Amino acid sequence: MLQDKDRIFTNLYGIHDPFLKGARARGDWDNTAEILARGRDAIIDEIKKSGLRGRGGAGFPTGLKWSFMPKQADRPCYLVVNADESEPGTCKDRDIIRHDPHKLVEGCLVAGFAMGACAAYIYIRGEFYNEAVALQHAIDEAYAAGLIGKNACGSGYDYDVFLHRGAGAYICGEETALLESLEGKKGMPRMKPPFPAGVGLYGCPSTVNNVESIAVAPTILRRGAAWFSSLGRQNNTGQKVFCISGHVNKPCNVEEELGIPLRELIEKYAGGVRGGWDNLLAVIPGGASVPLLPKSICDEVLMDFDSLRAVRSGLGTAAVIVMDKSTDVIKAIARLSKFYMHESCGQCTPCREGTGWMWRVMTRMVEGRAEPSEIDTLEQVTRQVEGHTICALGDAAAWPIQGLIRHFRPVMLERIEAYKSRSSTRPVPMAAE
Amino acid sequence: MAESNGAAFEQPASFAFDAESAAEIDRLVTKYPPGKQASAVIPALYVVQKQMKRQTGSAWVPLKGMDAVGARLGMPPIRVYEVATFYFMFNTHPIGKFHLQVCTTTPCWLRGSDAVTAACREATGIQEWGETSADGLFTMTEVECVGACVNAPILQVDDDFYEDMDAERVKSLIEALRRGERPALGSAIGRQTSAPEGGPNTLTTLQFAPET
Ligand SMILES: Cc1cc2nc3c(=O)[nH]c(=O)nc-3n(C[C@H](O)[C@H](O)[C@H](O)COP(=O)(O)O)c2cc1C
Ligand code: SF4
Ligand code: FES
Repeated sequence: MLQDKDRIFTNLYGIHDPFLKGARARGDWDNTAEILARGRDAIIDEIKKSGLRGRGGAGFPTGLKWSFMPKQADRPCYLVVNADESEPGTCKDRDIIRHDPHKLVEGCLVAGFAMGACAAYIYIRGEFYNEAVALQHAIDEAYAAGLIGKNACGSGYDYDVFLHRGAGAYICGEETALLESLEGKKGMPRMKPPFPAGVGLYGCPSTVNNVESIAVAPTILRRGAAWFSSLGRQNNTGQKVFCISGHVNKPCNVEEELGIPLRELIEKYAGGVRGGWDNLLAVIPGGASVPLLPKSICDEVLMDFDSLRAVRSGLGTAAVIVMDKSTDVIKAIARLSKFYMHESCGQCTPCREGTGWMWRVMTRMVEGRAEPSEIDTLEQVTRQVEGHTICALGDAAAWPIQGLIRHFRPVMLERIEAYKSRSSTRPVPMAAE
Repeated sequence: MAESNGAAFEQPASFAFDAESAAEIDRLVTKYPPGKQASAVIPALYVVQKQMKRQTGSAWVPLKGMDAVGARLGMPPIRVYEVATFYFMFNTHPIGKFHLQVCTTTPCWLRGSDAVTAACREATGIQEWGETSADGLFTMTEVECVGACVNAPILQVDDDFYEDMDAERVKSLIEALRRGERPALGSAIGRQTSAPEGGPNTLTTLQFAPET
């Protein structure tokens, strides 16, 4: 279990002053010039050694990502921070932004310096208006104190940090859609390659990182890779902010070590499942996009990238959505299908058509107004969407349904039976959608 | 004359940035490299929406406002229309004085967003999503996860999140808005932001250097 002394986000709940005075008292901006003086390679090396994996969902090694940026560039390079936080269940970056904004701003400087960037653009979702006001205040403070801007921290390095607000579109969290949006266009994902490290913002080398990935960097560099990698588990090192929502007694955010058992996380921090652990039906362990897990797996599973992958789900954003036995689990997943239909940018046919089709069929599954064989048809359609689209939203739309079918097929069949017995005289419409 | 949810509305014949808006846009474009001022299109559309709120009481972006943004940023009008219609937060038709945005995505639904929706309907008389109440005070919109799920269910009013809501709390919030009050945003049950109810059980042993 993580001790308070090893927690990075020491103002997670906003009890203390979020701004410069308070942040300095908590250790932020402490001799940042010394970190920069170590040089680009040394910083990237330390982050690599820490084992930090991206906190935005995919878990890509952060140090390695930074190393893809050109050593010598004839064009400006950019760090782009993904503060779009729109994955249902996820609300961790919000707390970092409003309560510990200087960790993010300092992270922008050290990460941007390490990758040779001249500026950071922080893309924050439009709904986070009050959070954006807080973050802009922290940025203004950092400029006024000479921590960023010309000769940042007296290092001789010039570095800008700009805040940019989005305007309500989940797809803009996808890194290339985010870049399009930042350039003033519709947020439609780009084909990869080229990758942003080659051709990113304004056609220049760019790296997109999640808020939490960037905000933990200064602490890792101060306390050392060995400290960070001593937390968590092999290949899943460090700590993480978990968001625990749904049918728990006390929903909350909490910072814990990767690899904490799911059950311990829920019982120790979120007051347990409503009605007790035995009243648990299922958990979505990593935000809306990952497949749900039935109670039998939740009993034992550990909360890290590899453990959750081994049970065919994922850590995603570490947003734990808990459902007790009162939940209509088909409806819970159908609502996510509606979400993906609503948020598809419409560029690729399998996603544009598939998300609408899946939602319509899921709506019938909620009622039971379907044939048993349609469960297999639905499963096959998810396979045709998955992996056949420009961005991973198509996969994200497919996985929750696959998880439902994998673990709750009997519930779906029961629903169909119940509908049939209620309306045995009426013909059941086929899926001619 | 155009239609939105069956209600006819008038596009204004012209739109010009007032002094406050013009200064704001001048400031915004400095964030982006020379020649990349199109990056300011979303921020500039917010400026339009805010100016409409100041001038008419309704936060929305008329076509002439989009044209003004295009002219200011050197963008063809169609590029601005594309952006204004792609992003959910721009209202392309007039809305009520208060924008009630109910999050109904699964984490909010699990904690009672249906009751929040019903209470909003009852308190405003609005029937369908997207409608404005007869008195012009409220517009009700269904929104997707607003990123505050551990404080679900959420009712967002304009830019403010009201958290840990239930039917009673929704009704008293709406009554307060009618009276011209603006209750404190955040948790309606008075809990400390995203900490568990009853107070944090972490970060309780920390001592920081004195603030200097
Ligand atoms: C549809 C979609 C939505 C996404 N939304 C977010 C988001 O809101 N925030 C985020 O950090 N990453 C999001 N991502 C992941 C980003 O594309 C990218 O992998 C991430 O920002 C990289 O940061 P990291 O390496 O620090 O994790 C999303 C991806 C997809 C496909
Ligand atoms: S997968 Fe969906 S969201 Fe992604 S680019 Fe294609 S249509 Fe757009
Ligand atoms: S689901 Fe409502 S805030 Fe996330």
